[in-house]
Amino acid sequence: MTPPIETIYRRESRRVLATLIRLLGDFDLAEEALHEAFLVAMQRWEHDGVPSNPRAWLVSTGRFKAIDRLRRQARFTPLLQAQADALAAADWDDEDVEDDRLRLIFTCCHPALAADAQVPLTLREICDLTTEEIARAFLVPPATIAQRIVRAKGKIREAKIPYQVPSLAELPERLDSVLRVIYLVFNEGYSASMGADLTRDDLTREAIRLGRLLLELLPEPEVMGLLALMLLHESRRPARTSAGGELVLLDEQDRALWDASLIAEGCALVEQALTTRRFGPYGLQAAIAAVHAEAPSAEHTDWPQIVGLYDVLLRTVPSPVIELNRAVALAMRDGPLAGLQQVEAILARGELLDYHLAHSARGEFCRQLGRLDEARLAYEKALSLTRQTPEKHFLARRLASLTPI
Amino acid sequence: MKYLCLIYSNEQVLHTAPDSPADPECFAYAQSVQKSGRMLAAEPLESVSTATTVRMRNGKLSITDGPFAETKEQLAGFYLIEARDLNEALQVAGGIPAARVGSVEVRPVRQLNL
Repeated sequence: MTPPIETIYRRESRRVLATLIRLLGDFDLAEEALHEAFLVAMQRWEHDGVPSNPRAWLVSTGRFKAIDRLRRQARFTPLLQAQADALAAADWDDEDVEDDRLRLIFTCCHPALAADAQVPLTLREICDLTTEEIARAFLVPPATIAQRIVRAKGKIREAKIPYQVPSLAELPERLDSVLRVIYLVFNEGYSASMGADLTRDDLTREAIRLGRLLLELLPEPEVMGLLALMLLHESRRPARTSAGGELVLLDEQDRALWDASLIAEGCALVEQALTTRRFGPYGLQAAIAAVHAEAPSAEHTDWPQIVGLYDVLLRTVPSPVIELNRAVALAMRDGPLAGLQQVEAILARGELLDYHLAHSARGEFCRQLGRLDEARLAYEKALSLTRQTPEKHFLARRLASLTPI
Repeated sequence: MKYLCLIYSNEQVLHTAPDSPADPECFAYAQSVQKSGRMLAAEPLESVSTATTVRMRNGKLSITDGPFAETKEQLAGFYLIEARDLNEALQVAGGIPAARVGSVEVRPVRQLNL
């Protein structure tokens, strides 16, 4: 590719695809059309120069190519002739393109699609990651990812999942689904669920990119909240692993390594989200992250405010994991015994029994209280439950430090 | 596009749960779908204890008592609707009063390849 085409591809290919999907009503047909349009562009633009509106040119060329293709195939399947004629007769304009990207996001994250297909489909269609890249990021065979994408596209086609931005009435629920997909991508990148790498920056970068895109298209408070939350987490990344690749907990991180510009952007978004008074769980979690980000050290953190924010969060979305996080903040405010009582109450209800962080928090509180035998048992339990190498090392170090001197 | 909405529910509690709809409510909803022009057909079914299953094997008809499979939730009724797309079908399905106590499976109707 000549450099200008490469640049145009990066800037426009997803927009062109989003519009072609609307015009052609089919993902596969649109992908082929996009591919063909760029092939023609490579041949033509060399001689004729880049057209003044390359996006419109690409959409229009792709559309003609798709109509041609349908007409060629119509010799064998008469039904396609009608489809080709309908497409050829339909008008299209350039004004809807931003909406097309939003349509594509809502379609890829439609709750009627299998949960394990929403993420790969989003990464494939909106972020232009290849099946192999997605497979590598999720430690799944490429064939599995490809199959999930094919099934999802099949369902979109057969069940007629519409290519549209949901109505205002449907929006909150449908937006939840989109935010969940983006946050899943981020989390998979930020704390890889298995394997040796603690973070996989490609995925966090894609998630943040998606967050920015969504905010640009749909400036809802929870979109601000999610983007802020991701930026604030991301800001700590350089401090999160030691030179040797070991996990460093928040209170032991070198805060000078935190990325100040990401913090500034994240904090500004949190404020913006909170002033709308329509904030939700993402905005609240971002607010908690912002309190951490603005504190010079763990001791000088506004723990009462963090506990207060967790209280509001728990009322919005009751969850034992949030309760556990609140217990950690409570321990910082009122001492380890207060935290331990909360964690034990959660475990006594039979919740989080298989969650390694519940046991490692319990171990930590016991250690601080000098109850070393209990601490050891808790850390051992946590160690048996985690599959992540850096976490395993961290817990092993904690266990070793319990040996009486 | 046609969609079949299959209403599944545990028969034992379908009519006795606190949130169970009474027949007039079900009828009123069916009428509202009818008025919106989306209704093709809808019927509630008698209990699975009245079901009979037939199979044709090697030219012989076998007749057995009961549903085709024993399940925790049973088919209790259906709506066959005409909807623009899945979103519209899901809206209609979500409004079926029995969805409060059971589940409604929404299936697009396949066109025969002729």
